Amino acid sequence: MPILRLTLLRHLGWAVAGLVGLYLLTSNVEPYRDLQIATIAYTAIAAAGLTLLTGTSGQISLGQGAFMAVGAYTTAVLLEHRPEWPLGLVVLLSTVAAAVVGALVGAAAARLRGPYLAGATLAFAVGLPALADYRGLRHVLGGANGLVVAQPPPPLSLGETFPLERWQSWIAGCCLVITLFLLANLQRSRMGRNMRAVRDDEIAAALSGVDVARTQVLAFVVSATCGGLAGALLAVVNGLAAPGAFPLALSLSLLTAVILGGLGSLAGAVYGATVLVLVPGWLNNLAESLGVARNVYANLPLALYGVVLVVVMIGFPHGLQGGVRRVARWLRPDGSARSRDGNASRADVTRVTTVPGTESDSVLRGGPDGD
Amino acid sequence: MLDVEGLQTRYGAVRALDGVDLSVRSGSITAVLGANGAGKTTLLRTVGGLVRPRAGTVRLAGRDVSGWRPEDLVPLGLGHVPEGRGIVTELTVEENLRLGGLWRRDRRGMRRGLEEVYGLFPPLASRRTQAAETLSGGERQMLALGRALLGRPTLLLLDEPSLGLAPRVAAQIMGVLRRLRDDTGLTVVLVEQNARSALSIADHGVVLSLGRVVADEPADVLAADERLRHAYLGF
Amino acid sequence: MRFVNLTLAGVASGSIYAAVALALVLIWRSTRIVNFAQGGMMMVTTFVAYTVGQHGGSYWLALAAALGAGAVLGALAELLVRPVEGGPPLNAVIVTLGLLVFLQAVAGMIFGGTPRSYSPAFSIGGYLIGDTRLLFSPADLFTLLAVVTVTVALAVLFRRTATGLRMRAAAFAPEVARLLGVRVSRTLTLGWALAAVVGALAGVLVAPSIFVGPNTFDAMLVFGFTAAVIGGLDSPSGAVVGGLLLGLALSYVSGYAGSDVVTLGALVVLVVVLMIRPAGLFARRGGRRV
Repeated sequence: MPILRLTLLRHLGWAVAGLVGLYLLTSNVEPYRDLQIATIAYTAIAAAGLTLLTGTSGQISLGQGAFMAVGAYTTAVLLEHRPEWPLGLVVLLSTVAAAVVGALVGAAAARLRGPYLAGATLAFAVGLPALADYRGLRHVLGGANGLVVAQPPPPLSLGETFPLERWQSWIAGCCLVITLFLLANLQRSRMGRNMRAVRDDEIAAALSGVDVARTQVLAFVVSATCGGLAGALLAVVNGLAAPGAFPLALSLSLLTAVILGGLGSLAGAVYGATVLVLVPGWLNNLAESLGVARNVYANLPLALYGVVLVVVMIGFPHGLQGGVRRVARWLRPDGSARSRDGNASRADVTRVTTVPGTESDSVLRGGPDGD
Repeated sequence: MLDVEGLQTRYGAVRALDGVDLSVRSGSITAVLGANGAGKTTLLRTVGGLVRPRAGTVRLAGRDVSGWRPEDLVPLGLGHVPEGRGIVTELTVEENLRLGGLWRRDRRGMRRGLEEVYGLFPPLASRRTQAAETLSGGERQMLALGRALLGRPTLLLLDEPSLGLAPRVAAQIMGVLRRLRDDTGLTVVLVEQNARSALSIADHGVVLSLGRVVADEPADVLAADERLRHAYLGF
Repeated sequence: MRFVNLTLAGVASGSIYAAVALALVLIWRSTRIVNFAQGGMMMVTTFVAYTVGQHGGSYWLALAAALGAGAVLGALAELLVRPVEGGPPLNAVIVTLGLLVFLQAVAGMIFGGTPRSYSPAFSIGGYLIGDTRLLFSPADLFTLLAVVTVTVALAVLFRRTATGLRMRAAAFAPEVARLLGVRVSRTLTLGWALAAVVGALAGVLVAPSIFVGPNTFDAMLVFGFTAAVIGGLDSPSGAVVGGLLLGLALSYVSGYAGSDVVTLGALVVLVVVLMIRPAGLFARRGGRRV
């Protein structure tokens, strides 16, 4: 895919900075924090894939959790039955498995739009994890209790006392940086433009020669791949792959993270994932110090996500990332509409999520509309 | 009956109405004329409450109703047959008619009203239980008009009633409007592309161009003014 | 015999799906939104009924409480959704999902995650015909009759009353309806409230078999949505037929392939219908006008 060399170099720069930052961060905190970093990393991978699918490509998907389940279970099964295979290969195969499922789902979903697509992916998210408990597959997939995953230890070259958590955070962090690099390039490439074109005006895109179905399916495959990778890492980091880890709430939480960060924004996906992982911990601490009942604080994050989804959608159609940009533009009135970090421009985000009447970007929306 | 002062309506940056002043006497038929895009439909939509004006006032029977919503204007006696007629094709003919009279919450009045409308438009009577979808253009116009009449309006706004109708049918509709004015004192404001037909029944004519009033004369004066006719009305 | 039993069971469960589908269709018709919070709303109203029952109320009192709670909840939900009505579908989807998540979380806070059992009004033991026991009980019969009654009542409401006419007009042509004096936003609120009441009924009817917990009604949303899609989101009669067809199909899946894959079975049905006839079996020609 031909992309501007400048953009590629810029992304490479960010990637290197990210890796350096990751090393510095993880080396200077306790293993408990490393575990959090690892969790944030794989959550961000899943969120990044979802933001590409729902934001850049405009396809509402409630099934990201199911793709994560595919990745997690593939990893668990492979590590159990082929313990001699290197971790990299196992993770790669899990990712491929999720990609294949993504292709199937994408093909089926290519003709669906809006609430129909949401409903179908919802059914997928609710139905797939139940497969683990299916009579015929129970012995392979571990049933309701799930499969225990043998967590590969750090290589000896790093020293005998190298913490497992730090190793896992390195793996997950590297995967995140690589994923973001690839996704950023994809967003800036012709395929990325095609996705946005199809999202904004399918008929116009088709008339311009874009293969709509292929674009939609590709977006699904990419998103599912990210989900699968995230799931594989989840299995490795948590040491377990169980149906209970992939409820509908997971897919909805990822959606919340993506909405918070701004649809189509990779940086936003990372912010959103960070919030998603850290908030339950903060709330736990707060609740314990206040002596609140377990039921309450266990569900508080979800209640918060629900409120966030509703409030953000009604009040900030562009997500908080967009909200930050709006403030920045207000402070610098000469600012252009296009963002500078290669992610979905504000114009793109406007098309997907603008509630009519909140923003009159009449040039972008194709002329003045009657009231 | 209807007084419009300094009415301004914008669509984004476009000034559809740019300071319109207009007065309609009770019991008269006023034709609003002009080229495409002159603002005729916008005027009706603004008066009818579908669009909020940027500036200016609308008074209905002396009361300031600027910016009121359409559903609040209906109880004040406003009837509006929109562009395209607005027939609800999923409903039957009678259901469409009933819809017009629902706001009165008067069952006996509804029955009487229905009989009157069927008397006025016999083709509707023979089709009362058919889906409105099956009606021809002329019948749809009758239906839209009948539906508006069931609301017992004192001021009736009509947007291009003769659009798409054969001349004979259009003339029929115009005839009905004139009869209504004569028999019941109904005030009518009528937007028309077909200026000649409209002026034939109107008492008064208003010509719009680019959102402004360029002529506001009794109908016969307007029809006689050749320069005006050529410039704005196409005949 | 197995087949007969599965068929009867399918009709019983199908009537529940039909009710949920009806609720979804009512909302879709009036506001062009799929109410993804439907399962959550059903769950909340059923919890209300459960609480009434726990405090000594009879089954019928609990049911009435659920229906009342449904009306209130539906009206509130419509208020919430109003800012995103008429906008891009994504916004409405997300708002209803947010509501779903919120409702589930609040229920979890109050009642905890463990599903509670719910006692039905009638016996759940199957009818006895000679020596064979049918997979159809008095409770199932009650369910079927309740749903049929509600369907007929709704049909009468829509076809024969002024309110129903207003609601239909507001659904088909809201701008025209406003020109005729119909207070469209009020009818929208009524539509949502009505839908929530139907959902509440379905929730109480199905509670004995799925137990009452924050997440036990997720599958109901999937089944209801699938049934609604089968019949066509625009068609109430389609919703009922769709529900029954789905109930039968899933009953056979459950009987011959195992009950664990029932939700996946619904997914397959959903995808197949969306591929073949996306507008549903009872699709009407023509789009929606304003």
